[in-house]
Amino acid sequence: MNTKPSKGVGQRMPLYDGVEKVTGRAKYTADLFPRDALVGRIYRSPLPHAELIEVDVSAARSLPGVVAVITGADCDIPYGILPIAQNEFPLARDRVRYFGEPVAAVAAVDEETAERALKLIRLHVRELPIIDSIAKARAPDAALLHDKKPGNIEREVHNEFGDTAAGFAAADLVREQTYHAAEVNHAQMEPHAAFAAWEPEREQLTLHTCSMVPYYVHKKVAQCLGIDTAQVRVIKPYVGGAFGARVETLNFEIIVSLLARAARGAVRMQLTREESMLTHRGRPESETRVKLGMTRDGRITACECEVVQRGGAYAGYGIITILYAGALLNGIYDVKNVKYDGYRVYTNTPPCGAMRGHGTVNTRVAFESLMTSMAAELDLDPIEVRRRNRIPGPSVTPNGLRVESYGLPQCLDKVEEASGWRQLRGKLPKWKGIGMACSHFVSGSAKPVHFTGEPHATIVLKLDFDGGISILSGAADVGQGSTTIVAQVVVEVLGVDWRRVRVITNDSAVTPKDNGSYSSRVTFMVGNATLDAAQKLKQVLVEAAARRLQVEPDQVECLGESFHVLGDPSRAVSFSDATAEALVDTGTLHVKGTFTCPIEFQGGKHRGGAVGSTMGFSYAAQVVEVSVDPVTCRVSVDKIWAALDCGFAINPLAVEGQIQGGVFMGMGQGLSEQTRYENGKMSAANFLDYGFPTMAETPPIEVFIVESIDPNGPFGAKEASEGPLAGFPAALADAVRDATGLEFHEWPLTPERIAKAMEAREREQRAAARKTVRQPATAGAA
Amino acid sequence: MKPILRIQVNGRWREEAVADNTLLIDFLREQLQLTGTKQGCDGGECGACTVLVDGRPRLSCCAFAASFEGHHVETIESQWQDGQMSPLQQAFHEKLGAQCGYCTPGMIMAAEALLRTNAEPSEAEIRQALGGNLCRCTGYVKIIESVQAAAPGHRQTTGEPA
Ligand code: FES
Ligand code: FES
Repeated sequence: MNTKPSKGVGQRMPLYDGVEKVTGRAKYTADLFPRDALVGRIYRSPLPHAELIEVDVSAARSLPGVVAVITGADCDIPYGILPIAQNEFPLARDRVRYFGEPVAAVAAVDEETAERALKLIRLHVRELPIIDSIAKARAPDAALLHDKKPGNIEREVHNEFGDTAAGFAAADLVREQTYHAAEVNHAQMEPHAAFAAWEPEREQLTLHTCSMVPYYVHKKVAQCLGIDTAQVRVIKPYVGGAFGARVETLNFEIIVSLLARAARGAVRMQLTREESMLTHRGRPESETRVKLGMTRDGRITACECEVVQRGGAYAGYGIITILYAGALLNGIYDVKNVKYDGYRVYTNTPPCGAMRGHGTVNTRVAFESLMTSMAAELDLDPIEVRRRNRIPGPSVTPNGLRVESYGLPQCLDKVEEASGWRQLRGKLPKWKGIGMACSHFVSGSAKPVHFTGEPHATIVLKLDFDGGISILSGAADVGQGSTTIVAQVVVEVLGVDWRRVRVITNDSAVTPKDNGSYSSRVTFMVGNATLDAAQKLKQVLVEAAARRLQVEPDQVECLGESFHVLGDPSRAVSFSDATAEALVDTGTLHVKGTFTCPIEFQGGKHRGGAVGSTMGFSYAAQVVEVSVDPVTCRVSVDKIWAALDCGFAINPLAVEGQIQGGVFMGMGQGLSEQTRYENGKMSAANFLDYGFPTMAETPPIEVFIVESIDPNGPFGAKEASEGPLAGFPAALADAVRDATGLEFHEWPLTPERIAKAMEAREREQRAAARKTVRQPATAGAA
Repeated sequence: MKPILRIQVNGRWREEAVADNTLLIDFLREQLQLTGTKQGCDGGECGACTVLVDGRPRLSCCAFAASFEGHHVETIESQWQDGQMSPLQQAFHEKLGAQCGYCTPGMIMAAEALLRTNAEPSEAEIRQALGGNLCRCTGYVKIIESVQAAAPGHRQTTGEPA
C-alpha cells in the first residue's frame, strides 16, 4: 500500500462506480430480474376523470397462467408525502382522476399472459367532467376533484415580509408581467422498474427499486401492505437518472409489492416509457405574475409574486412545491420587501411533483426576465444590475433564510469575461443574440421533510480484521456521484490507500437510513456525516497506535498507511497493526458519523417557513448565445457559459458534469420540452414528442467553478446540480430578444411561438406603415 | 417448437432456440443474460439499445433476433477484452462520459461504430453520428470529449496508449 497519505477531495475523480457503468456490468433494477419471477403489469385508466362503478377482473383472474389480480379493493390505505395530504391510493378506488392512473394489476407467468389478462379487465364507469387546466379548475362552478378542497385548491400560500407598499413607493420604475411555463417531465433514461419478492414462510418482503429515497418507499410500502416496517427490506440498485422523478414513493412500487404478496412469490415489473411518463411527478405548468420596483440605478425595492401551479390529480409533493416557489424569491439578491401568493390547483392530469430545482425554477425564470427587461428600460446592463443587488455579506433573508457564503458576484465576473459580453451584447449581427440570467438552490433542506428527531444524516464505517474499510451509506447515488464523494471524504481524512476502501450502499438491511437524494442535500449533509465518521475512526486508530507505541495519542501522527511518533519517524506502526490493536477487546469496529443542521438554519417561524431553509445556497450565472433562423423561426443555442458557486468542489470533474447536466435540462425546458394533453390524455408520453434536446442540438457548455468555501459545508462544499438550471430559460429569452427585438413571456420558445410573435410584429409594422403613408394626406387636407 | 438461430454474439457462435417474434434486445438480455444493453424507450427513440451488427450500429429494440441468422452481433460486453477496458470505456470512465450510466452502453457502441470508419472524427461528425443516442444526464459535453479522447487518430497524436 502507498506510503504517502492519499488525497481524496479536490481531485478530478472518475466515478467510484464508473467502471461498472462503462463496462455494462452495473446492474440496474431490470437487470436483476430473475428469469423465473412472475411478470407484473398494470391496468391503467383509459379516462381522465370517472367514477368507478365496477372493476371486473373475473375473466382476467381465470385466465390460465395468471397468478394474482389486484384492484383498489385490495388496498384501502392512502399514501403520499405529507401526513396531512396523503390522498392517493396505489390502485384507484371509487374514482379515477387522471388518464393512466393505475386501476388494477396482474401477475402472470409471462409477459404475453399478463398482457392478455389486462385486455380482459372491464370497467363500468360514470364519466365526469375533465378539469385539465388551471382555468377550468378555478372556474366558479368547476367540478371538484377532491372533497373538502373547494375551488380545487390544494394549498394556498400568502405571506409578506417587509413592507412591499413602501418598497414600491420608493421605486422609480414599477413593472408587472405574467409569465407562463409549460409542464415538463424528468425523462430520466431508465424506465421505472421494480422487483418484489414475498417470502410467505417468513412473511418478509424484499423490494428492489429505482428510488432516490428508498427509506420512504420502505415506509409507504409497509403502510399500504399493512405490515411492520421490519418485515420489509428495500434495495436500490444502480439508477438510470432520477432528477426528482423518484423522490416520492411511486404507485408501481407499492403495486408490485401488493402483487408479490398476493402471488406469494416474486414479481418483476418494468414500466414502458409511456407508463414512466404517465407516472410523472414533473414540474407543473405554472403562471407566474411578478411585480418589481426598481430605483433609477437598478436597486430592487420590492417584489410581489403570484404563482398558480397546475398540480395534477393528487397532492404528492405539491404543498412543498408551491411553498418553494415563493421561498426562493429570497436568498439570491438583497431584496427586503417580498410578498408572495401561491395557489396549487388539482386537475385531471398526472400528479406533478419535485423536479430538479423543485418549485423554484419557474419563479426564478419570471423574476430574472422581468429584472432584465426593467434594466433595459433604465438603460442599465443586466449583469451590472445584478451586481447592484448583491447580498452584502452573511445575512438572514426577510423570510428567515441564512446566507453564509455567496459567490454570485464572482460567477457574474466569470461569465461576463469568458463570453465577451461587453463586446457582444446588443452588437451581434441580426438574428444573433446573447442573454444572461442567474439562479440559486439550496444545499439540502435544513429541516427534513419528515421530522423524526434523528440526525439529518448518518454514515457507518466498518473496520475489521482484514483492515478493509467499508463505508456503509444509505445515500442514493442516482448518477450524481454521491458514492464517489463519501469515498473521497474518507480517504482524505484518513489518508489511507484507495484499495482499502469499499462503499456499500442502499440495502436497508445493511446500510444506515438516509433521508434520500432530494433538495441537493447529499454532498452537504452526508458529506458532513462522513467527515464526522472518518475523524472518529481516525481518532480510534490514533489511540490504538499510541498504545502500541507507548506514547500519548497527541504524540502520534497519522500518515494514512502508518502512524508515527511525532518527530521520530523511526518509531511507527502500520495501519494493519493499528487496526489489530484497535480491535483488541472490542472486535469489529463500527464507527458512526452523523450530521444535523442546527435549529437556527431551519427557516422562518411562519407557516411553511422551513421550506427553502438550508445551510448553504449554491449560486449560478450563465450567458447564452443564440441564432434565430428567420425562415424556420428555430432558435439554436450556439454556446453557453455557466459559472457556479458550489462552495468547494470535492470532485471538480463531477461538479462540471452536474453543471452541464443542469444547464442542459434548463435548455430543454426553455427550448422545446413540454408534456401535452388532449382532453386530459398525455399526448407526448414518448421521447420523440416530448422533445428533449439531442446531441446535435446541444452546444458546447463551458463551465466555471467558483469556490466561496462555505463555513459549514464539508471542506466548504455546497450543492452543484440544481442551482444552474433555472437561469437558462430566462437567459434564452433574453438572448432571443437581443437577436430579434421580441420579448417572450412563455416557454418553451418553440418555432411556432416565435413565428407567431414575428407575424404579429410584421402586422403591427404594416399597420404603422399604412398609418404613416396616410398621414401626409390627412395633414394636407387639414 | 422455437426455431434454432445460429448467430455470432461477441465473437462466439451460438445456436439458440428463439421465437420468431423475439426482439434482439430481449434475446440478448433475457436469453443470453447480456444485460449491459439497455432499453430506454418503447422503440426506436433513444439509442440506449444500440449494438453492432456486422460492425454497423443497430437498435436492438427494433429488430427481431431471428433476422440476424449467420450475422455477428457485438454488445457492450465485447468491449472489455483481455482484462482491460477498451479505449472508449477508458475515456468514458476518466472523462465522466457516464453519469447515471444508463445511456452509456448504447453510446459507446454507437461511438465504436463511428471510430471504426473515422479515426479522428470532428466534433460535428460526432454530434451527427451520435445524434440518435439520447442522454439526460450529461448535456453531452463530456460524452463528446470522451469519444474524441478515444479516437485512434487522437491517441496517435498524443501518444496515449491504445
Ligand atoms: S430502446 Fe431502442 S431506441 Fe430506445
Ligand atoms: S449518463 Fe445518464 S442518461 Fe446518459
